[in-house]
Amino acid sequence: MSKLLGIDVGSTTVKVVAIDENGKILYKSYVRHFAKVKETVLSELKNVLNGHGGDFSASITGSAGLGLSQRSGIAFVQEVQAAYTAIRKFYPDADAAVELGGEDAKIIFVTGGTEQRMNGSCAGGTGAFIDQMATLLNVTVQEMDELSLKAERVYPIASRCGVFAKSDIQPLINQGASKADISASIFQAVVDQTVSGLAQGRRIKGKVLFLGGPLHFLKGLKKAFKTTLKLDDEHAIFPDDAPCFMAIGAALHSVTVQSRNLEEIIAAIENSTGSEEIITGEPLFKDKEEYTAFVARHRATDLKFCEIQTYEGGAYLGIDSGSTTTKLILITPDCRILYSHYQSNNGQPLDIVIEKIKEIYTLSEGRIKILGSAVTGYGEDLIKSAIKADFGIVETVAHFKAALHFNPKVDFIIDIGGQDIKCFKIKNGAIDSIMLNEACSSGCGSFIQTFAKAMGMEIDKFSMCGLYAKHPVELGSRCTVFMNSAVKQAQKEGATVEDISAGLSSSIVKNAIYKVIRAASADELGENIVVQGGTFLNDAVLRSFEKETGKQVIRPGIAGLMGAFGAALYAKENVSGESSTINEEGLKAFAYSSKSTNCHGCTSNCNVNIITFADGSRYISGNKCEKGAGLKPVSDSLDLYAFRQKRLLESVDGVKGRRGKVGLPLQLVMYEQLPLWAGFFESLDFEVVLSEKSSRKLYFLGQHTVASDTACYPAKLMHGHIESLLDRGVDFIFLPCESYNIDEHCSVNHYNCPVVAYYSELLKANNERLTDENFIMPYIDLNDEKSAVLKLHTVFKRFGIGKSQIKKALNAGFERLRAYHIDVRNKADEILTAAEKQGKQAVVLAGRPYHLDPEINHGINKLLTSLGFAVLSEDGVYERGDRVKVNVLNQWTYHARLYRAADFVCKNDNVNLVQLVSFGCGIDAITTDEVRLIMEKNGKLYTQIKIDEINNLGVVKIRLRSMLAAIEEGKRRKNG
Amino acid sequence: MEEVKTVDYTENYPKWKDEYKSTHKILVPDMLPWHFAIIEELLKQDGYDVEILKNDSRAVIDEGLKHVHNDTCYPCLCVVGQYIDALKSGKYDPDKTAVLITQSGGGCRASNYIPLIRKALKAEFPNVPVISVNFSGLEKDSSFKVGLKLMLKLVYAIFYGDTLMWCYNQTKPYEEDAGACDFVRDSLVAEITESFKTSAYKKFAKINKSIITAFAAVKRSREKKVKVGIVGEIYVKYAYLGNNNLEKFLLSEDCEPVVPALMDFVLYCIVNNINDGYFYGKKGLFWNANKILYKILHKKQKKIISYFEKDGNFEPIHDFEHLRRCADKVLNQGVKMGEGWLIGAEMAALAETGVGNIVCAQPFGCLPNHIAGKGVVRTLKTQYKDENIVAVDYDPSATKVNQENRIKLMLATARETLAGNDSDS
Repeated sequence: MSKLLGIDVGSTTVKVVAIDENGKILYKSYVRHFAKVKETVLSELKNVLNGHGGDFSASITGSAGLGLSQRSGIAFVQEVQAAYTAIRKFYPDADAAVELGGEDAKIIFVTGGTEQRMNGSCAGGTGAFIDQMATLLNVTVQEMDELSLKAERVYPIASRCGVFAKSDIQPLINQGASKADISASIFQAVVDQTVSGLAQGRRIKGKVLFLGGPLHFLKGLKKAFKTTLKLDDEHAIFPDDAPCFMAIGAALHSVTVQSRNLEEIIAAIENSTGSEEIITGEPLFKDKEEYTAFVARHRATDLKFCEIQTYEGGAYLGIDSGSTTTKLILITPDCRILYSHYQSNNGQPLDIVIEKIKEIYTLSEGRIKILGSAVTGYGEDLIKSAIKADFGIVETVAHFKAALHFNPKVDFIIDIGGQDIKCFKIKNGAIDSIMLNEACSSGCGSFIQTFAKAMGMEIDKFSMCGLYAKHPVELGSRCTVFMNSAVKQAQKEGATVEDISAGLSSSIVKNAIYKVIRAASADELGENIVVQGGTFLNDAVLRSFEKETGKQVIRPGIAGLMGAFGAALYAKENVSGESSTINEEGLKAFAYSSKSTNCHGCTSNCNVNIITFADGSRYISGNKCEKGAGLKPVSDSLDLYAFRQKRLLESVDGVKGRRGKVGLPLQLVMYEQLPLWAGFFESLDFEVVLSEKSSRKLYFLGQHTVASDTACYPAKLMHGHIESLLDRGVDFIFLPCESYNIDEHCSVNHYNCPVVAYYSELLKANNERLTDENFIMPYIDLNDEKSAVLKLHTVFKRFGIGKSQIKKALNAGFERLRAYHIDVRNKADEILTAAEKQGKQAVVLAGRPYHLDPEINHGINKLLTSLGFAVLSEDGVYERGDRVKVNVLNQWTYHARLYRAADFVCKNDNVNLVQLVSFGCGIDAITTDEVRLIMEKNGKLYTQIKIDEINNLGVVKIRLRSMLAAIEEGKRRKNG
Repeated sequence: MEEVKTVDYTENYPKWKDEYKSTHKILVPDMLPWHFAIIEELLKQDGYDVEILKNDSRAVIDEGLKHVHNDTCYPCLCVVGQYIDALKSGKYDPDKTAVLITQSGGGCRASNYIPLIRKALKAEFPNVPVISVNFSGLEKDSSFKVGLKLMLKLVYAIFYGDTLMWCYNQTKPYEEDAGACDFVRDSLVAEITESFKTSAYKKFAKINKSIITAFAAVKRSREKKVKVGIVGEIYVKYAYLGNNNLEKFLLSEDCEPVVPALMDFVLYCIVNNINDGYFYGKKGLFWNANKILYKILHKKQKKIISYFEKDGNFEPIHDFEHLRRCADKVLNQGVKMGEGWLIGAEMAALAETGVGNIVCAQPFGCLPNHIAGKGVVRTLKTQYKDENIVAVDYDPSATKVNQENRIKLMLATARETLAGNDSDS
């Protein structure tokens, strides 16, 4: 037997292990490769050569090792397989192993049926995800680890993917939650993702091995795993060799490989060349001249400056407290810039703002008087209450104001910030439609920054180097997680930093044009385009945009400050009387403390953050409703959602039954058919028991049985409902499978979507507690009484219920459902009349029946009422709309309601529509475009909100407020 | 109650007219190279100027991305991309070209490909009509009229394609003389297409047997190889554009790909109609017709199986009745949207016929596959303890490396099992 060599090339690190003939480890190392895979491997191998020459049997493993293996001809072993080999040798008594790498997460079940699992493509980002989060908190990973150990509480953070988690974390940072708590929450999210996304119904138990870099170095992560999996020290094993474990496995696996001299091996790697597999685009600039002309053209739109040290007079302050950056600007009444500031939040936007205003007061030495101020952005509420600004305005309005200053004819604005992409079309001097990216494609802007950092480069330098790249790589445009792995692939294929830099710019632009705006051609955008947002300061991005659209656009020199500038302009135009803005004296005395707690105003138990200012005034955030903010809640008398929530539950009598207890999980189809089945079972003398109210906690309860993590949130919540019913000791749970929903005669067919129709199958298959006895899921078509009765008769045979009884019960059920529908429709009429009388705008919050669940809609109905809208739902109004003939195949019952509801909205001036869409709903990819078309054909504003497990209403609020602003603008124009 | 009127929101789109047959070129996306090669020829013989699209560059995917909603499934994106990319190539006159697509009319969103394709074409090629091939009475004003005779030819073409594909996959990995297998395939395809010119194509036994014997005559090694079944959403299961050349990849990894027959999908659709009768009382003329059709087709399938058995060289194709029994072990035959219960059935049938490894391929976020694909894996694992299954998502942004790495993991386990079995025996 010869010496063994294992090379593990991961997405971020290279691990090399050499083992001698007796199994003794001669050499082991763990180094970051910064995308220089080949070089790093070579230098490590030369280290081995220095101490130990001779013949080696070598294997390469790891996600990034495949290409290297193919090109160099060195054997390859899949990394999980490598790990498995090492486990069997060193830990033969292990029951399972969890391995986290840079981009992959894996679980190996050793005992009880060997099984090896890897995360799916969407759950990417574990080690890389932690890195990204640390960057977001502006700490090193080690610091984050230390911090996490001091945590006092854990916040729920969406764990499905990095992009989502980020959307959850950002508001926490903005609200002033402690870094320690956030750090611990991030680790918990990683654990939850591993346990739910990978284990999928199989419990991780017994002796568990934890492998890979992150699980070796991060104490906080170890702790979170141990606690979550309920493992003691004896059962949670963290090997000393954890980071190199796969490399050791690869070395052991090499036994079967023909040995070669190490120098030969090194030569094989050295001589391997990059493959031709990467796809490339066109260079951004041909030459220097082209670039110079380009720069000169854009210079023309820069604002003038004015010396703050000498200026005397009034000024207006605008602040844009964005998700990742804080922007301030101070302008003179003739719009010259006195002072501006653009900075990453580094977790503390409030501190930055206070510090910078102090600086302004110091610099101005009493010569300048702030005549007015306005705040916009994510942190609007907090900053506004802290500095007592005159106005808080919606971001979209601020951006529009600013764009108008640069081009009064502007008809299209696109803003690419760190987190969000926003686009507005302007028609007749008002915002006509707003497009915001959905969570999935967020973070594109800051991705460049994070990536540059990971490459050890300054962002400016990184983006500049892409300008003359010969072959910009194609990186796809779905989300940053995918982009990340595309970049990794490109690197492995030998793409240069220049090519990647240019590729990133163009992929951000493509994402914006084709995914956010969803434009079929560049002409749709408009003639007078203003681009803004910090990301556009990057010339490569700007150039990509102009190239992709084929249009020359305006990018103001203050592209990154447009929100703040717009706010300042707004203050200038709207302030009357003395400004309330905090003065120099007040600023000196300014101090605050922050505390996070749970609001006990209702059963939601929101995590709220209370910031108390020195003068005793308080600012509360994190609350879903006014109650949490210490205000009197807005009445829900004009909220059909509130009515339905109450009315639906009233359709259950809940009395004891002679025949036993039936559990009905209140989710998916049951949100519509509860009255029917409650009526059915109660008239058969069963006691109807409902599952627990949906909540994040309930979701976690069933998370381990989720089989497909890309299914919609309502479906995934169903797992928790089932667990809760099982815990409530029901005799059986009932959830029918219905290919066909009830025919409402307004579509060509009346299907349910596949998930609603058959989710029972998945539940049964993936929850070991469910059996044929305690889970009843008949296939029925409620439109055909005869077969339905027959089927129900068969499944309830053991209760000795006659066919005629079943039939009677079913009729009783239908009666209850009818009564429910009538009540909902009557209430809808009542709300419409009342809204009209009070001169209120109404919104049809259109989605699916199960969007009624407060855990699914995140209280958007309450948000709407607090903004002064009356709230309706699609099932309350669709019958008032005409029947519609649509372009798409209209074949699902619930979706057919949407089209008719849209038609109804179009026929009523003061009624608007907001479509709620669950993330991952494939069918809504079809309905949304069609509903939009109906709305736009009638000249109505279309607003869509994508909802997921993310519990962050910040973006939604911006959207709805923008909608309100647009509606009011529209009204004003109509009247004037 | 007052009369509800109907508002028409539909946009105008070019419709396919029967007389276009003589003037228009028809573009067809390449879903299944085996079968479509034969179908292309027989449609040509019937006077249709069809062309199966072979364009598969990155531009295809880019056009798809541009014209199709992000959340729409990958197959739709591939198909639209192929059409637009082809039309942009300048090879076709946009005023004299139509595109063709099949439509099942099931509860899956795939039934909505037609409006999505129309919308995409409208932006660039507003005069190109979309032709629907369906048997559910959809798109009456723009559908492909399939007469009884053509229908019969299509059925035979599918059967022959299945036999070809099935034999090829069992021969190719083992061929002793490189290229021998491909040579046999090419000459057989030529023979079969020739037979459609006359009524010779109806010689069912002769043609099937000749396929089997021709492949059996190819010299094969006795070496044992890892067998990998491919199941899943129909497009990514069969189309190389959709699954990044999965069959080729498996061959290059020295495996035997096992791709279940297309006729199984046809029978699956028919059985769903029959089941609707038994389950929900949807009985009538249509139901009876389906029952008769099923009987005829299944009988034909049984015949092919008997040829295989008689020859003895190859594992026969699946018996659909066996597939149905397999389905019953895994999930209810009521799961009928998309590829529904067929996926579970095929996985179980593969397990029972000695194919120990399976790639379950689906477009990212495929709704029916949540349930019928990933959802049944656990059930399968309890019944077929050693079955080695990997679910792979296909998506324009998912990298090939990512997909191949997962398949490689599955193969590593497969090889180990194969080696283990060898040393046991």
